[in-house]
Amino acid sequence: MPTEHLVEINNVNFAYDNRLVLKGMNMLITKGQVVSIMGGSGCGKTTLLRLIGGQLQPATGSVRVAGETINELGHDDLYRMRRRMGMLFQFGALFTDLSVFDNVAFPLREHTDLPEMLIRDLVLMKLHAVGLRGARQLMPSAISGGMSRRVALARAIALDPMLIMYDEPFAGLDPIALGVIANLIRRLNDALGVTSIIVTHDVQETLALVDYIYFVSEGAVVAQGTPDEIRASTLPFVHQFIHAEMDGPVPFHYSGKPYAQDIGLGEPGG
Amino acid sequence: MNPVVKAIPDVLRGLGGWAIHGLWWLGHVSHFLLEILIHSGTSFRRFNLITREIYFVGIYSLIIIIVSGLFVGFVLGLQGYNTLQKYASEQALGVLVALSLVRELGPVITALLFAGRAGTALTAEIGLMKATEQLSAMEIMAVDPIARVVAPRFWAGVISMPILAAIFSIVGVFGGYIVGVVLIGVDEGAFWAQMQAGVDVFDDVLNGEIKSLVFGVTVTLIALFEGYDCYPTAEGVARATTRTVVISSLTILALDFVLTSFMLGGW
Repeated sequence: MPTEHLVEINNVNFAYDNRLVLKGMNMLITKGQVVSIMGGSGCGKTTLLRLIGGQLQPATGSVRVAGETINELGHDDLYRMRRRMGMLFQFGALFTDLSVFDNVAFPLREHTDLPEMLIRDLVLMKLHAVGLRGARQLMPSAISGGMSRRVALARAIALDPMLIMYDEPFAGLDPIALGVIANLIRRLNDALGVTSIIVTHDVQETLALVDYIYFVSEGAVVAQGTPDEIRASTLPFVHQFIHAEMDGPVPFHYSGKPYAQDIGLGEPGG
Repeated sequence: MNPVVKAIPDVLRGLGGWAIHGLWWLGHVSHFLLEILIHSGTSFRRFNLITREIYFVGIYSLIIIIVSGLFVGFVLGLQGYNTLQKYASEQALGVLVALSLVRELGPVITALLFAGRAGTALTAEIGLMKATEQLSAMEIMAVDPIARVVAPRFWAGVISMPILAAIFSIVGVFGGYIVGVVLIGVDEGAFWAQMQAGVDVFDDVLNGEIKSLVFGVTVTLIALFEGYDCYPTAEGVARATTRTVVISSLTILALDFVLTSFMLGGW
């Protein structure tokens, strides 16, 4: 059986004003897998998620999800497509004026005419899946960062999406909360039969969790493979990244004049 | 070369840049208004969304409107009596207080207070929702933030402003009554009778309400636009909130002049 790709990114270029962020980006996300996109800060990882969600439009190239070209869809078709996507934002992005329960109920109430009793059962089911059924009355300001992300995850799966995108899901979490989120990502992906895309910096957690990894640098994919292939990679960038080395293809020093010249020693020709 | 002549190109460039920026801003605000109008269906189908926002922008503004209205009425009573008694016309105090409030001070001061109280709250709320990615989260959930967040707040502001302006004027008249009639001793019958005879429902009350409706649209639109358009950082939200007050206040005063000139000219 041929491999089925849920997301196809074909030769995408994208720029903020005049700054080119993605340069000829190509990527295939296989259905049912947990795929990680890794790379340094500002390399275009989050931009990629926003292109998949149709919140940004590529300058050239195409972004296809489930056979439909996202960047060619009209407003209504794009919103119809988004109902089948879930996204976990870096800090949860919970609605601060709604309780935990109402946050998870929000997409259900907006998109369905289900009776309140049924919505209650569905919300409790989703909250149970992330272990926060008992926190349903709390307001977002009263829960920790890790709990916020779990609530946001329950909200992201409220409409049973086919694709869940995670933007830096491990940032700023303690080891326990990090382990909980990582475990949930894998479990929910397999139990719900969805496809997951994780944008992250967290190397060791990610290598243990995902099926496939893309390394992005300067707006293009520089390496890809399964966790074992990545661990064995001899590419300098990948090596520097997974071993957190200070200097390498990503230099420690910001480019400028030579040090000696800057402090007035060894002037050229002097 | 004469330094004044030398500076002319820079001045012209500055003026040109300012004009282009102004036009750009006006174009974006107009487009934003159009988006709100197109996506207002949800608000009217689910009117409770608007009711909830009226509670936040309208009811929460009541205290400041009532207290300000009362003191403005007190001052009008004092100043009006002081001037009118020089011409032995203190019986006209009622009509002076009422006309000042209904035609001018009610709509204008209410709009300025509304910009400071509710406008800033709207900008900060929308700006923070943007900065904390709540608006993005909504988009990804296939819920249009313009329809779900912006439009209900817009209509709440538009509905609240004329009601708040009417309350301001009513309380102000009562303030003028307390100072003029109760404390100074102007004849109560003359105070009310002259007011009844001198205030026209269409020329004065309706025109005042039209003004406050226009101010309601203006202030709420500016506040929402600044919040929605702000740079999503703490500094960006702070700047946007300041801009809401400054731009709203200046626009209210300029529009007041334009509307008054049309109204006095019989449209």
